[in-house]
Amino acid sequence: MYSLLLILIPVVAGLLSFFLKEEKTVKGFALLASIVTLVVSLCSLCSTTQLAFSAEWIPSLGSKFSLSLDGMSKMLCLLNCISLPIIFTSIYKNSYKNTSGFYGLMFLMQAGIMGVFLASDALLFYFFWELALIPAYFLCSIWGGEKRIQVTFKFFIYTFVGSLLMLLGLIYLYLQTPGSHSFAYNDFLQLHLPAKQQASVFALMFIAFAIKMPIFPFHTWQPDAYEQAPTPVTMVLSGVMVKMGIFAVIKWILPILPLAVNGHANFVIILSVIGMLYASLIAIKQDDIKRLVAYSSIAHIGLMCAAIFTNTNIGIQGVLVQMFNHGINVIGLWIVADVIEQQLGTRKFSELGGLAQKAPTLAILFVVMCFANIALPLTNAFIGEFLMFSGLFQYNVWFAAVAGISIILGAVYTLNMVQKIFYGDTVVATDKAVDISLNIKLALVILVVVIIALGIYPMPLMNLVK
Amino acid sequence: MNSIIVSALLGVVMMFSGIFTTNKTAIKNVAIAGLLILLFANIADTYGWYKITVDAKGMLEFTRFGLLFNSIAIFSTLIYVILSGSDFAKVGTYVAEYFALIFFVLCGVSILSCYNTLLMLFLGVEIMTIPLYILAGTDKKNLKSNEASLKYFLMGAFSTGIMLMGIALIYGVNGNFGIAFDIPAPTSPIPNYGILLPLGLLFMFVSMSFKVSAAPFHFWTPDVYDGTPAVFTSFMATVVKAAGFIAFIKLFQTHYFQLLASWKIILPLVIILTLFIGNITAVFQQSVKRMLAYSSIAQAGFMLFALYSNNDLSNEGILLYAAAYSFATIGIFSVLVKMKDYTFEGFNGLAKTQPVLAATTTVFLLSLAGIPLTAGFFAKYFMLSSAIKQHNGFFMVIIAVLFAAVSVYYYFRVIQAMYFKQGDAETTEINGRFKLGLVLLAALIILLGVMPNMLLQYLYF
Repeated sequence: MYSLLLILIPVVAGLLSFFLKEEKTVKGFALLASIVTLVVSLCSLCSTTQLAFSAEWIPSLGSKFSLSLDGMSKMLCLLNCISLPIIFTSIYKNSYKNTSGFYGLMFLMQAGIMGVFLASDALLFYFFWELALIPAYFLCSIWGGEKRIQVTFKFFIYTFVGSLLMLLGLIYLYLQTPGSHSFAYNDFLQLHLPAKQQASVFALMFIAFAIKMPIFPFHTWQPDAYEQAPTPVTMVLSGVMVKMGIFAVIKWILPILPLAVNGHANFVIILSVIGMLYASLIAIKQDDIKRLVAYSSIAHIGLMCAAIFTNTNIGIQGVLVQMFNHGINVIGLWIVADVIEQQLGTRKFSELGGLAQKAPTLAILFVVMCFANIALPLTNAFIGEFLMFSGLFQYNVWFAAVAGISIILGAVYTLNMVQKIFYGDTVVATDKAVDISLNIKLALVILVVVIIALGIYPMPLMNLVK
Repeated sequence: MNSIIVSALLGVVMMFSGIFTTNKTAIKNVAIAGLLILLFANIADTYGWYKITVDAKGMLEFTRFGLLFNSIAIFSTLIYVILSGSDFAKVGTYVAEYFALIFFVLCGVSILSCYNTLLMLFLGVEIMTIPLYILAGTDKKNLKSNEASLKYFLMGAFSTGIMLMGIALIYGVNGNFGIAFDIPAPTSPIPNYGILLPLGLLFMFVSMSFKVSAAPFHFWTPDVYDGTPAVFTSFMATVVKAAGFIAFIKLFQTHYFQLLASWKIILPLVIILTLFIGNITAVFQQSVKRMLAYSSIAQAGFMLFALYSNNDLSNEGILLYAAAYSFATIGIFSVLVKMKDYTFEGFNGLAKTQPVLAATTTVFLLSLAGIPLTAGFFAKYFMLSSAIKQHNGFFMVIIAVLFAAVSVYYYFRVIQAMYFKQGDAETTEINGRFKLGLVLLAALIILLGVMPNMLLQYLYF
């Protein structure tokens, strides 16, 4: 029942938002609805019963509307549910043209992503996978930056090609199920295909997930899309939506195509490690906060992908924990980027400096989040990265060593960013800056509390995803 | 039999209704009533409530598949008349005759879905296409419309000639017009039968490819669709095209294996070529109407998969495809007819000036692109899964999905123009009933996309 509510509330809230006219009402309503979803998600954490939901959908195709909640999906739903209230709080004072449409689409996107995490039927999974994309397409194309139309279109086509290939893979698996065929996840688990068939299905499905994550060399849509998307949408895209790709690999590839995973592990890990170093190096040269965070995100995701394909318990445990933590951290970074852009009208490091003198609170909170971005101990990201690196180390020492360089590079670009924005003398743009307003402070403080709390005591999260 | 007889009678009724009244709305209402009667007559036939029985000497065979397709075609026509019927008057003054011609086309469609001999196939094709030659040329003072009509007529006559040649060759081997026959024994007294039969079937294949505008026999399509008044293009590109496919599939379901080895080369080649030409050329169009003409070629490429896989899934799939494709295309054309400017720029800013039109057009376009939550998704799904099931080869389906991704490019250009670009798209006057019709059609498409079982449960044969 919880699983159904988690999808239903955002859908209803989204549809209602379209019909609200007053800007104030829409914002209040959106905040309220997102908190309700969060409460449901928290309840589902404590509950052990009533998690699954199943109803007839297309009996003639052997497809059911079945949802289920296990540890991993509970955690990702929680991340999805936390992100919206925080985002809505932080943008409470921003104004967007056609507010009701904006909030409505945000909710529909949340519902789509939630469905991906919950679906335990392959066709339903594909449905939600696409549904998450359509609102994102409209959000980015209507409210995005200058080059939004082309950039978003590239993003859309990329992911659409991927998902169609995935669909072929899913249909193939479906046709291998015995009897009158079924799309149920459990039936897919029973398939033990020969290695050759697994390899071709793997190729089809992995391309889809690799584009979504994104993994080098499928990443080219990502920095542009993140840069041009309106920042609240970027938060969802990079905080939550990329987790769809990682989640899908863990749920839909690892247990179903084990032979292919073993066969391709080296190849994928090499791609991921190349991507990590490549993205880190590019991040160092960036002059734009959003682009820098985008590339840093590619590097982090690369590590997660590599850790999954080590197929070690410890590595995958690390990925699970890190999925949540990366979401929290990256949303924090985007909020700061949004604050700076909204207040100062620029995101370029070359036009910023000395902001710490004017906005000390922002500086403190931002520095904590940057520490989390480079996975310093006592921040939440440390435990996840530690586990992932030890997984990688178990698999192959050399991969771990090369990937380790990206930690150093990560520190270089992150601290460089802090230095250029917050320290030094004030410049023209930052002269008149003021400290952050209450709603942003609230959003950031919540994030920082989560970061430190999970950094000191990560056990609740670890237990959840065990 | 019901629908063949009733549609022919209704055609005559429509012709006479033009004598008694010149009120265009009244004529349209008569046509809607007629279509409802026709739909009911066909459903009565399907479920055996009431059947007009005529001894056709086995020349017609009423299968559930064929009758179900009739229902889809009639229902699509009904939607079409409700949405675009009042725009007939803008083309010319003889509104009643246009409706009459449409009923005659439906008569041809009903024959094509139920024929059992090559003779009836030929009659069906002719009854269906001759009214269309007239409809293509209805905008008499427009040179492009005249060109379209003449081109369509010449090309149609030419391809029918090829079909007749094919029928003659097959008849020569077979001794009768039946579509289900045995291959003659090697000791057969017929001279050269080994070459006559494949050659005859190849002629039939070429001719049918002409009718459904599969590449490389598609050259007439863009010019004819573009030149024909948009209201009638809508009908030609949907119901008529789908009927062509049903006839095509019915013919080759039983016969294709007689082309043997060459079939395995020819058909995939035609499919890939159709997908390639349709999709790639559509990308470069400046006019939405012409883009839709090429997109209809591209969609034909997908429908050909039903022929390629030829199993139970593809039979169900082609009906779903016919419905999904017809509904969405009729919807888009009905909006297009209302636009002052048919280019992509003409749609700029439509979301601001006509939000309902823009939103529903978006649903239609998403359906054509095969995005989930719309009927178009399940249509494509069936085509793909039938092909994977039949041949276990990923090659064709991977090409198909790559072209499906290309199709997103040109469909989304319209969405981009409507929603993301500045401008004030000009439309002719739009009344509330038209908007309601569009919303209902969009709702139907979404409903079929969410609960495809509503239609699918009828499709199992």
